[in-house]
Amino acid sequence: MNAADKKRLLREMLFARRFEERCYEAYVERKIGGFLHLYPGEEACAFGVLDAARPGHDYVITGYRDHVHALKCGADPKKVMAELFGKETGSSKGRGGSMHIFDAEHRFMGGYALVGGPFPLAVGMAKGIKMKGGDEISICFLGDAANNQGTFHESLNMAALWELPVLFVCENNLYGIGTRIDRSTAVIEQHKRVQAYNIPSNQVDGQDIEQVYAAAKIAVDHVRSGKGPYFLELMTYRYRGHSMSDSNAYRAKEEERMWGKRDPIIILRDRLIEAGELGMDDYKRMDDEVLEFIEKEVIKFAEESPEPKLEELEKYVLAENDPYVRGGVH
Amino acid sequence: MAVMMYWEAIRRAHDEEMARDPLVICMGEDIGVVGGTYKATQGLYDKYGPERVIDTPISENSYTGLGIGASFLGIRPIIEIMSVNFAWLATDQIFNSAAKVRYMSGGQLTAPVVIRSPGGTAHQLGAQHSARMEKVFMGIAGLRVVTPSSPRQAYGLLKSAVRCNDPVFINEHELMYNMKGEVPDAEYFHPLEGSEVTRAGKDVTLFGYNISVHWCVQAAEQLAKDGIDCEVIDLYSLSPLNRAGIKKSVSKTHRAIVVEEAEAPVGVGSEVMAIINEECFFELDVAPVRVSAVNVPIPYNHHLEKAAIPNAKKVVEAVRKMLGK
Repeated sequence: MNAADKKRLLREMLFARRFEERCYEAYVERKIGGFLHLYPGEEACAFGVLDAARPGHDYVITGYRDHVHALKCGADPKKVMAELFGKETGSSKGRGGSMHIFDAEHRFMGGYALVGGPFPLAVGMAKGIKMKGGDEISICFLGDAANNQGTFHESLNMAALWELPVLFVCENNLYGIGTRIDRSTAVIEQHKRVQAYNIPSNQVDGQDIEQVYAAAKIAVDHVRSGKGPYFLELMTYRYRGHSMSDSNAYRAKEEERMWGKRDPIIILRDRLIEAGELGMDDYKRMDDEVLEFIEKEVIKFAEESPEPKLEELEKYVLAENDPYVRGGVH
Repeated sequence: MAVMMYWEAIRRAHDEEMARDPLVICMGEDIGVVGGTYKATQGLYDKYGPERVIDTPISENSYTGLGIGASFLGIRPIIEIMSVNFAWLATDQIFNSAAKVRYMSGGQLTAPVVIRSPGGTAHQLGAQHSARMEKVFMGIAGLRVVTPSSPRQAYGLLKSAVRCNDPVFINEHELMYNMKGEVPDAEYFHPLEGSEVTRAGKDVTLFGYNISVHWCVQAAEQLAKDGIDCEVIDLYSLSPLNRAGIKKSVSKTHRAIVVEEAEAPVGVGSEVMAIINEECFFELDVAPVRVSAVNVPIPYNHHLEKAAIPNAKKVVEAVRKMLGK
């Protein structure tokens, strides 16, 4: 990874961080409703993995902590924010919300709100890729707690059995909602659990984007070359609670402080500064530009966009005018 | 018009659709090498190979989800779930993924999957292999539910379901796979919405679907000998139900009996009666009734099992009681 790539990724991660922090504020201002699961602390996972893949070309799917994955795939931040504001201009036309960001054009195949639900969907997309003969891969991002669902085992079994092109990325943030991993999971090391299915795996520091990128490159190459699935475990931490309804009282302050020092953005920034590739003033300027864009473009667009029309409440439930519904097809 | 069995009609629909479109696949437990528990995919494995006729592990929720994920990319999976009792395990993926993805993506993604599964009480299979769960599926927005009562419908509905861009659940019946009936020789697409007048009559409407249509017809034939003229309406589309078809028939006969193999609570009968109330309450001469299963887990004992579910005799009794004859 060269200095230009590192600087680009720093800016992308910083944008994602500021985007999510602004979501927090908008939630407090009651501009965003429902559940809101934020990504700060985990940025190196999505950006490191997807930078090693082909975002917009590869098919990506994840759970409900989905805004940042969508952005990295190419989703317009204005449309993502408008979705959170419930607007007609939102990525899912205001019908989805925070947990259901979709951008089919950029092959971001959605955020899903049942823990473990995307596993089989990701394997199915890999089946589709294989049948159609494309060079895409299917990438599934989920948290460690999803691995205690039956779908994890059922899906890994089928992915391995049929050698499907799917990369499972486990963002291990150590907590399933409010329960620490050692209190819910018999085998703590998630990358070892997949050995039962003969799926190659690796575990790396998810706070260091260069390590993530290097490991992801190997994983992506493996999957794209037709060797079947791969499982990559990234050790990470979320700086906020599970969702906005979370008091976050279950984590030790010392643990939070320790992970706070391992901020993926600060790690990359300081590395660039140390190498003489970036000055603190450059970083400040970058931050100011990001903040200004979010406020003047992203938030403004979301604020000013129209609400969905009430008369279109039932639109998108079923296909419109499908010829096989009413008959007359010969 | 050829006479064929229900399973042969389903098999023919599979074969035609797979021959036409290389993106049509079928998947499920024992459907490939074995050819399907009810033979609905017999011979297809040899013809189309293991990539398109997929023997799945016994992982109902995840192989159903796999089919749904593949459908996002334009694959057209026909997913067989060996028994509707096992489909309970797949309801997460059917309800949360397939039925909702179009809506919650603002129309960007669709899940054009077909899920076929037989329900119903067969012969002494006990509580966990005898359930009817169409009542659950028909209450889910974004999911079409059809239930063929004949080989013709089984063929034509599957053909349409494969081509339709919505997820379609096809509720079959374990006792009906060997039933014979006429199927058009030419390719035929049965509309996914609507109802059929199986027998025209003027005195009372018997609403049935799937196997209960046959109980209604048998009852109507018996009652005809006593001069009672029953109309039989086949509600082969359970979601959406054909409100216009229900209204039209009740407006003609002014009496309605809904015959369902499932237990009464929260079922096809309650839904049809609600529609009658909403659409044509003042056309009624008498309060509508349901002929339903007794509200018990289906027992193993043969006599208890028979007593638990409706049959033609119970339909005849309900008609006589309603008409006071």
